[in-house]
Amino acid sequence: MQFSLSSSPHNRVRRDTGQVMRMVGYACIPGVLAQTWFFGWGTIIQIALAMITAVVTEATILELRKKNVSRGIRDYSAVVTALLLGICLPPLAPWWLVVIGTFFSIAIVKQLYGGLGFNMFNPAMTGYVVLLISFPISMSAWLPVQSMAQTSFGFFDALSMIFTGFTQTGYNLAQLQLGIDGITQATPLDAVRTGLLSGMTYSETLSASIFSSDWGWSYGWSSVALAYLLGGLVLLQQRIINWQMPISMLFGVILTAGFLSMLSPDQTGSITYHLLSGAVMFGAFFIVTDPVSGSTTDKGRIIFGLLIGFWTVIIRTYGGYPDAVAFAVVIMNIAVPLIDYYTQPRVYGHKS
Amino acid sequence: MIDVEQVITQLNQGQLFEYSGGVHPPQQKSLSNTTPINTIPEPEVLYIPVKQHIGTQGSICVTVGQHVAKGEALTQSSNPFAVPVHASTSGTIRAITPHPSAHPSGIPEMTVTLEPDGHAQWQLMPLLSDYMHLERITLLERICQAGISGLGGAGFPTHLKSNPQKPVECIIINGIECEPYITSDDRIMREHAWQIKQGIDILRHIIKPKHIIIAIEDNKPQALDALKTACLEDNGITITSVPTKYPSGGEKQLIQVLTGAEVPHDGLPIDIGCLMYNVGTCFAIADAVLHGKALVQRVVTLTGQALGHPQNVWALLGTPISHLLNIAEYEPSKQQAQKVIMGGPMMGFTVANDTVPVVKITNCLLVPDKQELPDIEDERACIRCGLCAEACPAGLLPQQLFWHSKAKEYDKAQAYNLDACIECGACAYVCPSEIPLVHYYRKAKTDIKHIALEKEKSEKARVRFETRQARLLADKQAREEKHRLAAEARKKSMDNKGNDAKDKIAAALARAKAKRAAAQNNSSTDSDK
Repeated sequence: MQFSLSSSPHNRVRRDTGQVMRMVGYACIPGVLAQTWFFGWGTIIQIALAMITAVVTEATILELRKKNVSRGIRDYSAVVTALLLGICLPPLAPWWLVVIGTFFSIAIVKQLYGGLGFNMFNPAMTGYVVLLISFPISMSAWLPVQSMAQTSFGFFDALSMIFTGFTQTGYNLAQLQLGIDGITQATPLDAVRTGLLSGMTYSETLSASIFSSDWGWSYGWSSVALAYLLGGLVLLQQRIINWQMPISMLFGVILTAGFLSMLSPDQTGSITYHLLSGAVMFGAFFIVTDPVSGSTTDKGRIIFGLLIGFWTVIIRTYGGYPDAVAFAVVIMNIAVPLIDYYTQPRVYGHKS
Repeated sequence: MIDVEQVITQLNQGQLFEYSGGVHPPQQKSLSNTTPINTIPEPEVLYIPVKQHIGTQGSICVTVGQHVAKGEALTQSSNPFAVPVHASTSGTIRAITPHPSAHPSGIPEMTVTLEPDGHAQWQLMPLLSDYMHLERITLLERICQAGISGLGGAGFPTHLKSNPQKPVECIIINGIECEPYITSDDRIMREHAWQIKQGIDILRHIIKPKHIIIAIEDNKPQALDALKTACLEDNGITITSVPTKYPSGGEKQLIQVLTGAEVPHDGLPIDIGCLMYNVGTCFAIADAVLHGKALVQRVVTLTGQALGHPQNVWALLGTPISHLLNIAEYEPSKQQAQKVIMGGPMMGFTVANDTVPVVKITNCLLVPDKQELPDIEDERACIRCGLCAEACPAGLLPQQLFWHSKAKEYDKAQAYNLDACIECGACAYVCPSEIPLVHYYRKAKTDIKHIALEKEKSEKARVRFETRQARLLADKQAREEKHRLAAEARKKSMDNKGNDAKDKIAAALARAKAKRAAAQNNSSTDSDK
């Protein structure tokens, strides 16, 4: 009797790439729900648009590259990239923004470098950076927390807004951005930045309306951050992600923000402010943990995370944009080969 | 060099060391370890490969048609790297031909085909019961003559290992059996602890180490108890339970777990004062010395969900696996594709067909059903998740090794210490992209070896060519020198004799001319006729 042959090992952990990616997607659910609760249906629509664009782009390019399309789609990597990018976009940004961004992420950042596993840069973040540089106005059009907004809107309003620029009842984006006090609302990061630039101290900016209400910064944005933290902890517990990168990134933020606010407390935000605003929590657990574009050694991951935290606070404080997680990630992606080279583990039987 | 006293103190305090990496695949030991080792009927035919160890093979000393007794040597050699193979039972030699080997390649190797006569008539070697009073060389020779090579898997000749040229701090007896499914060491420890102890005593007499450590994984409590009982009043032996983790049974890993020391990358365990033996090898040593029996059988685990009756058996070396599959009630319909793994699920290899024989290193036949160890789909792209690096017990970066091995950038793969890879399979086990990483490393290692060989060959050819060129040049120069000297001598003599020489030449020329003219006349008269 002839037998079939195969190479050892013959047993394997039954958790493939597709499952890992799906778990990452599920872990985003609390954060996405929180975001929807506070900022309306826009986020869900953006995510859906991004996912459709991503799958179509991925399938087209795989077809052009003569690769197995269904296998490529079933690894869910494109879907997760789309999810992460969709989460980062302002909820009512026009539809073409998310389409351009996702197309760029999948086609240019990922597939042109050779597809999954070969991209140097984090696709979602690179797409985000391209959008931010190319369309700064649209990309900064965040909304006030729903309960603080002058105008509330529903699902179809959001849909109509994204595709036509007006809600069903005819409001435009600028009107939706008005808070209950009739002042255009910005994100906390914007508010602090603008405040500091106009000569206010950090504590003075905190007394602005966005922070004064119980329903403002302390509740809206930080709840979203905490929801992502929750999802991230699930990923850690399920051993989908390593602890090194998220924890060291948060440490990087804490150390840098702590140092800067010790140096000039009036010019920089507090540690809590940096941790709970913008994309830090989301970034720590869902962005820097992208294995493909990150460091692969244990020590390297810690350096990678720490420096992303460092750059995030530095760019937020001294750079031209209110948030900086995406920039920090892209900067550190460049450094990965160098970090990996100098942080190789000691091999058994070899001296260091 | 390890400090054995400190190690023993630590072990007595229950202190072990951990190596980085390792995995915990499902154990599946209870499939086969609940019943005693079964003695089975002899097969109708035995295929005994003449080389079943690492080293050189002996020359065959039997002929077709010859009747041999059980335990009679089939090969002999004076090469120290050769150990003989023996007739596993009494019978008649039917053929000496190449036969599919128990090797991943299944490549045919020279094999003695033996037809048992059903009497199992032993030819024993003289018993060496009073080995305590014998020279170590006598015992080493016996171990060699009995055909013993490491039964744990590597198959290194035991008599060579037992004759170290360096001081031995401690002997480690390996009862870890960390591969899932395999229970042959477990059963032999439970049932034959006393004989294993006898084998250890013989090794102790030969090697005279400072101490002996027996290490058993904590998923084998009965085996641990059995050996503890056997070694009850022996202060020179420490028995240690080691946490279950794969691949703790690897030589380097076990040394690290027990002593905290690492074998240098370019050295052997003996360089830090350790020697390691498998429990089955100890059993075989006692058999050879105390019972005069050559190594003709071993315990083989027959396991997997596609077997109706998984168990451990005493299998004669050379038993075709078809015989064992019949005994264990193999049900091919339970498999998607017919497949038998020799060894465990992590490091075992698939055999080519069912005539492949059991050899000295065969510890297990694993016959999984469809769901148990499903066939691997095609590999997907590496996402650099680093799970492999976390699993690697050697501290390597498997994803880098993979990257460079696949691209055939072997210098870079070697820079990442490809040769430190022990091929345990932990990396491929955890890989979410189902990349057969070990396969790539094996290929790269083979290619590197091949390239080195080619290089050596071409280097030799180059030296040969250059030597020849130099020789030809030297010859030419010598010849020219000779001619030059001769010419000079001639010139000199001509100068000396002056006109006399010139006259001689003129006379010779005139003679030649006259001869030519005469010849011409002759030929013209011939044509007139």
